[in-house]
Amino acid sequence: MKQEKAFRVILGGAVGVVVVIVVAIFLTLLWGSLPSLQRFGLGFVTSTTWNPVTGEFGGFPFLVGTLLTSFLSLGLSLPFSLAIAILLGEFFREGWFAETMRSAIELLAGIPSVIYGFWGLFFLVPAIRYVELSLGVSPYGVGVLTASIILAIMIIPYSASIAIEVIALVPRDLKEAALSLGATRYEVVRTVVIPYARSGIVGGILLALGRALGETMAVTMVIGNKNALPDSIFSPANTMASVIANEFTEATDEIYLSSLIEIGLLLFLVTAIVNAIGKYIVHVTGVERKE
Amino acid sequence: MNEQRIWIRTVKDHIFTLFVALLALLSVVPLILILYHIVGNGIAYINWSFLVSLPNPVGVEGGGISNAIVGTVILVVLACVLSVPVGIAAGIYLSENRYKRLSYWVSVAVDILQSIPSIVLGIIAYLWVVRPAGTFSAFSGGVALALMMLPIIVRATDETLKLIPESLKEAALALGVPYWRTILRVILPAGLSGILTGILLGISRIAGETAPLLFTAFGSPFMVLDPTRPMNALPLLIFNYATSPYQHWHSLAWAASLVLVAMVLIFNLTAKVISTRWKVRF
Repeated sequence: MKQEKAFRVILGGAVGVVVVIVVAIFLTLLWGSLPSLQRFGLGFVTSTTWNPVTGEFGGFPFLVGTLLTSFLSLGLSLPFSLAIAILLGEFFREGWFAETMRSAIELLAGIPSVIYGFWGLFFLVPAIRYVELSLGVSPYGVGVLTASIILAIMIIPYSASIAIEVIALVPRDLKEAALSLGATRYEVVRTVVIPYARSGIVGGILLALGRALGETMAVTMVIGNKNALPDSIFSPANTMASVIANEFTEATDEIYLSSLIEIGLLLFLVTAIVNAIGKYIVHVTGVERKE
Repeated sequence: MNEQRIWIRTVKDHIFTLFVALLALLSVVPLILILYHIVGNGIAYINWSFLVSLPNPVGVEGGGISNAIVGTVILVVLACVLSVPVGIAAGIYLSENRYKRLSYWVSVAVDILQSIPSIVLGIIAYLWVVRPAGTFSAFSGGVALALMMLPIIVRATDETLKLIPESLKEAALALGVPYWRTILRVILPAGLSGILTGILLGISRIAGETAPLLFTAFGSPFMVLDPTRPMNALPLLIFNYATSPYQHWHSLAWAASLVLVAMVLIFNLTAKVISTRWKVRF
């Protein structure tokens, strides 16, 4: 009986630890950003000044940088992940081709982000610089667009893998009904498959967005790290994650460190909300499927 | 008229199929390019002495990455020690008490933990360990990585154990086996392959993480085995070398990238083999 009780206490304790950790993370971030919260208040989110010398801090440029790169990368990756999902969920479900594609996508998800950043620095940045030269804009090479392209490549596997699953779950009789009425494959996909799987696809996209928002290393290496509002998609900028990565070890005075922690808190809140909505949508569509 | 419409629809269908195939194949191109660059630039530098010697000072050719490899192994072991026992225990609780109110909140907590960006977990480990201790340390890096790994282990355990039929548990209980022994000796072994797969996938996820190590493990040019001191890791080394201005260090970073990708790939493949070969079927 003693062991029985001890066992239950251990299990309950582990669960308690998990909950306490999450609460403690939130409280730690809140506590760490307290000096900055008190000093700048809500103006922190809308202020565009980030000046460690004068001790003036505002996170608006980074918020813009994060949202801009994330949504741009989402837009860039969407056609590709949808195409993969339709190809593997509808056209080729089995066979060597599907297996190879699947492994390739898994591998794409498995490559560490620092390697994406490294590759971007030595391949993508020169390529973008070339494009910028021929367009006549200042040839930084690094910037919002470069970071968005790298991010787009990185998040393709995330939105694609969920979309593959929901598309593969579209009931066969629905598709066959459409085919028997004389619909072409394209019409079946457009009028049956996509509408049926729509919310699942959207949920997957939101989960991919959550990843893009928090991605640090690859973005830090190719975005140019400029603490100002980007004036075009070619200009260097900074995201919330990249400014933390760049400046955290340099932050010597308390208000500087605390401002960076507040950026971390904002990032935590934004990703938690986006992920919660994504998970909720995936969950709801999962329930619909069972009915 | 009608025939023409059918013709247009057929053409549309063909264009669509072509478009889908083209876009899907195009998205594999970056992968091929990345692998090509890593292997092409890195393979020439990989030899025995690269793997077993320490980094040389700036300007001295040669040098290896042994301290980073050892550091990554130590960090991964630390993260596993900290996260696996708690994760498995929490996973068992979730699968055993599916309809309790507490389980719902734990599930929410695990989801939130999983969604936290790794750089934020770095801040947390900094505030929890580095600041009180007054020094960067491998242990703080292990804490950051463990926080990343914990939700993966909980989910893997929970999802695996959910699939094990009730009858197995009932059979053991009917034979008079106490509850705790049933879980430890019947349920856990039956779900072992799934849990192991989860652990390996978790390892392959954290082994390549750089962001949470930037201000925790910090990096070091020396061979460090003491977890209370700053330690190097493969992703940190790649980041530092890749962003340095030295041509020679870039080459070393390519070679280190090749080693890191190979490592992650091996973990992934092992996980796949375990999950397909060892799977207990019901």
